[in-house]
Amino acid sequence: MGDWSMTSPLGVSMENSEISSISRVTLSSSRQNHDSLYSSSLPLSKSSHNVLSAFCIEENVPQCILYINQELSSLGLASMCIATPVEATLNSVPALNAMYELLQAQRRSQRSLEALEQDLLRTSSTLEHLQTGNYRLKDQLELLKREKSGLHEKERQLQLKIETLQSCLKSEKEEIQKLQNIIAGRASQYSHDAKRKERECVKLKERLGQLLIDKRDKKLAIDVLNYLGRSDGKRIQWKTGKAGTSHEGDMYKSLLNDYEARQQSLMVENSELKKVLQQMKRDMMYILSPHKPCAKASPGDDSPERGFPPAGLEGQDEVGECSRENLDQSCEKAREQLTYSIRLQWRRLKNHMEKLDSQVSLAQTQQQSGSEEAVPREVHEEEMQRMRLEVQQGKDFIHTQQQLLQKQLNSSFDDETAALLNDCYTLEEKERLKEEWRLFEEQKGNFERERKNFTEAAIRLGHEKKTFEEDRAAWLKNQFLNLTPFVDRKKYSLSDSQSALSIRSEPELQQSYTPAKLTKSSTYNEFSTTYSSISDGLPSTTELYRTLHLIQPETRHSKRGSWQEPSSPIRAENLFGKSKCSVRCRDPCILSLDKDGDSPI
Amino acid sequence: MNFSEIFKQSNQLCRISPDGRYLATCVQYRLVVRDVNSLQILHLYTCLDQIVHMEWSSDSLFILCAMYKRGLVQVWSLEQPDWHCKIDEGSIGLVSSRWSPDGRHILNTTEFHLRVTVWSLCTKAVSYIKYPKACQKGIDFSRDGSYMALAERRDCKDYVSVFVCEDWHLLRHFETETQDLAGLEWSPNGCVLAVWDSCLEYKVLLYSLDGRLLSSFSAYEWSLGIKSLAWSPSSQFLAIGSFDEKVRILNHITWKKITEFEHPATICSPKTVVYKEVEKRPALSIQDLSSHSVSSGCPLLAVQSKYEISQPPFQIPVVKPDLDRANPKVGVSSLAFSADGRYLATKNDNMASVVWVWNMQKMSLEAVLEQTAAVRCFQWDPRRPRLALCTGTPRLYLWSPAGSVSVQVPSEGGFQVHALSWHSNGDSLVLIGKEHLCLCYMDTEDKSTDSNIWTK
Repeated sequence: MGDWSMTSPLGVSMENSEISSISRVTLSSSRQNHDSLYSSSLPLSKSSHNVLSAFCIEENVPQCILYINQELSSLGLASMCIATPVEATLNSVPALNAMYELLQAQRRSQRSLEALEQDLLRTSSTLEHLQTGNYRLKDQLELLKREKSGLHEKERQLQLKIETLQSCLKSEKEEIQKLQNIIAGRASQYSHDAKRKERECVKLKERLGQLLIDKRDKKLAIDVLNYLGRSDGKRIQWKTGKAGTSHEGDMYKSLLNDYEARQQSLMVENSELKKVLQQMKRDMMYILSPHKPCAKASPGDDSPERGFPPAGLEGQDEVGECSRENLDQSCEKAREQLTYSIRLQWRRLKNHMEKLDSQVSLAQTQQQSGSEEAVPREVHEEEMQRMRLEVQQGKDFIHTQQQLLQKQLNSSFDDETAALLNDCYTLEEKERLKEEWRLFEEQKGNFERERKNFTEAAIRLGHEKKTFEEDRAAWLKNQFLNLTPFVDRKKYSLSDSQSALSIRSEPELQQSYTPAKLTKSSTYNEFSTTYSSISDGLPSTTELYRTLHLIQPETRHSKRGSWQEPSSPIRAENLFGKSKCSVRCRDPCILSLDKDGDSPI
Repeated sequence: MNFSEIFKQSNQLCRISPDGRYLATCVQYRLVVRDVNSLQILHLYTCLDQIVHMEWSSDSLFILCAMYKRGLVQVWSLEQPDWHCKIDEGSIGLVSSRWSPDGRHILNTTEFHLRVTVWSLCTKAVSYIKYPKACQKGIDFSRDGSYMALAERRDCKDYVSVFVCEDWHLLRHFETETQDLAGLEWSPNGCVLAVWDSCLEYKVLLYSLDGRLLSSFSAYEWSLGIKSLAWSPSSQFLAIGSFDEKVRILNHITWKKITEFEHPATICSPKTVVYKEVEKRPALSIQDLSSHSVSSGCPLLAVQSKYEISQPPFQIPVVKPDLDRANPKVGVSSLAFSADGRYLATKNDNMASVVWVWNMQKMSLEAVLEQTAAVRCFQWDPRRPRLALCTGTPRLYLWSPAGSVSVQVPSEGGFQVHALSWHSNGDSLVLIGKEHLCLCYMDTEDKSTDSNIWTK
């Protein structure tokens, strides 16, 4: 971290220095450009710059031109000299070109400057970001270091603990060893002591016995009325050596008897086992033998299977003999033979079983993945062939049947049937036409209905138009009436009430308001009048007159009333009634207006 | 099942004669001999002191009564009631007295196991056998009565002496490979002697009659070892019960372990029949009371009990033994083969109320009998596969492969059965209480009613 913090300012400074140098370069170039610009503009604004710039004055124009020329050439714009070398006067076209190029160059440099500045900004921001990241990482590092040290400490403590525990264990082990030694020592001591005590005890007993014998214990006696005979009725015998040997003999006899009995039982067991064995063998042979005819029956059998059953039979005979011998003689050789034969038999049985197993598995595989073996495959193919033949036969049969049917049909296709067929066709046609007709009729009906609807709609439209016209007429009349100065205020309330009547009248009302409001603007007034005159239909003269006549006292607005057109006499009457009403109740209207003054209108 | 009336006895001394004709009981210092069938007193003998031990001779002609405190043995004859015999061991003391198999000799073990005195009733001759070992079972006679094996201790080593009982001729004397011999037992055919070490070491040694070591068997080391041992009647199996709550069965050909019977606390096998004794106090009405008081002398408020068959996951009550103390109450303490050798009954000490019956043909657990009290004693019928057991309650329990039954002993004074012994023909049973005894007769004639009693 420290390294990074050390190096990062360096990098920044380097970058800065680079940037500054670049900017200086650009600045200098721009200054040069400016200079050249100034210089080029010099002749144009001679008087104004005369005092300010020290570069070019009237006296040193040629020098300046030369200088600038040189400068330009050095800048690589010298292809076109702004001044003729001889006269040292300003050649305007190249100068302008040069100026233009300089300007371009200046703009370019400006742009690059801007880009560089942006770059600078970006890099500085990334730098900042990196620095913050750096700080964060530093903090993290610090934290981890602390953690590490903590863990180290813990580990150290645990190590210490382990060490103490190990030492403890060691001491415990030593303790155990010691204790074991102690126990062993004590055990040996104990056994030694026990032996000693026992010896002492024996000695004491002997002494006691001696003492008792020495004492001639009178008490020690048997008092029997008369002696008893032996339980077996024999007379008592003297103890002699002969008796001892006879005892030995008896013992051995009894032992022998026992062994004989045991041997007998073992013999019995053995013979039973042998019987079982025999039985098993017979069963085995029985299991093995029926394989033979079946094997012989199938001629396509493979050789080992064919070869096996006779061998088995041989074995049977041989083993049968063996076993019979075995039953009779139970010597070593016979046993060997027996075991041998049994083993042989067993192996055969095992082989057989394996074969059977493999056959079963083979059969299974055949079932699963089609015929693979020769014999079943043949059978299979035969079957297939047969079935194919059958299919073919069936097909042929069907074909002939079809043909026969066709032939029969063809043979019976005379004029009669043709007519019948034709009739059939015309009937069909008729049916189709009828269907079409029906469809047509349906369509017609539909059209009729539509037309009816349409006319109805037209009528409705007409009605609506009429009502609209009426409304409009009424409104206009009102407007017209309200145009009188004394009823100036009243129209609002009236128009209000009308607008409540129908929604459609609203925009027109608005329209009508505006002229009322903007009466002073002459142009608008004109426009509105023309518009109204165009839109309205022609009024009947009689009614016009009548209205004029009626509104005689308010002649001031007669001109306007000219385009007023009430569509129906009833309506007109209504209107008049209204107008009358409005006139009549002027005062309350005013009152109401006062009320309306609060309203937003 | 019928019960006799109750007779008095002391020290639980009641023996049926080996021929099955007489019943001898001791009441204090009197010996009473009755006819088993009629229960009439045939003879009454009076001894010099309270009788501590009583034994019939093998021919059922003589009865031995021992008074250990006085060092006296008195012998009575049934044929000649006035014949008497008194053996005084004198100041050397007496701890044990027994008949020899021929019924003409008496073997007395003196105090401190100083010696064994052999008294002959035929010749008045006395023989001494020195250094007998004081142990669990130091003397054993072979079944046919021709040989006696005696454990001896000389020079801190164990020896076995084999005597011919006919003339007490020492046939064989050999050292055994035991640390501390605890017992010996002849096989029923009398050809193999099983010798086992004390409980500190699991070790069984099998010796032939001629003193050859046939085999030795040790199941484990360091832990407490053998607690009990039993031969099957055919000598084919040797069952060894040990402190680890297992019974190990050895065979007689290789002397290797055939199988191992564990005594689990939970019976899971559905093949095992679990009989659980259920006690029930009868709800008595006034009528019952009145009728009872008039009609029968049966105890009124006696608790009735019966066996119920429990379903497989059966939990056996286990008492946790205090292993720190000597002779902890854990392990197989009693083993008994049935007379036909098909069943083995065992008792595990930390499951004291349970008797286990094992099938020796299937080598599996056949039945489990759980009683409400700790089992005091169990014994097989000498003729049939039938097990009788008692728990110190006034009830007798019987098990047979057909089923199991609990029978109330009818008595007024609350006769509690502490021990029992079968008659040799298996038709009757002596039930021994604390100071009384009673005979129980099995219904042998009509088996139908018998089988009805058995609840299966």
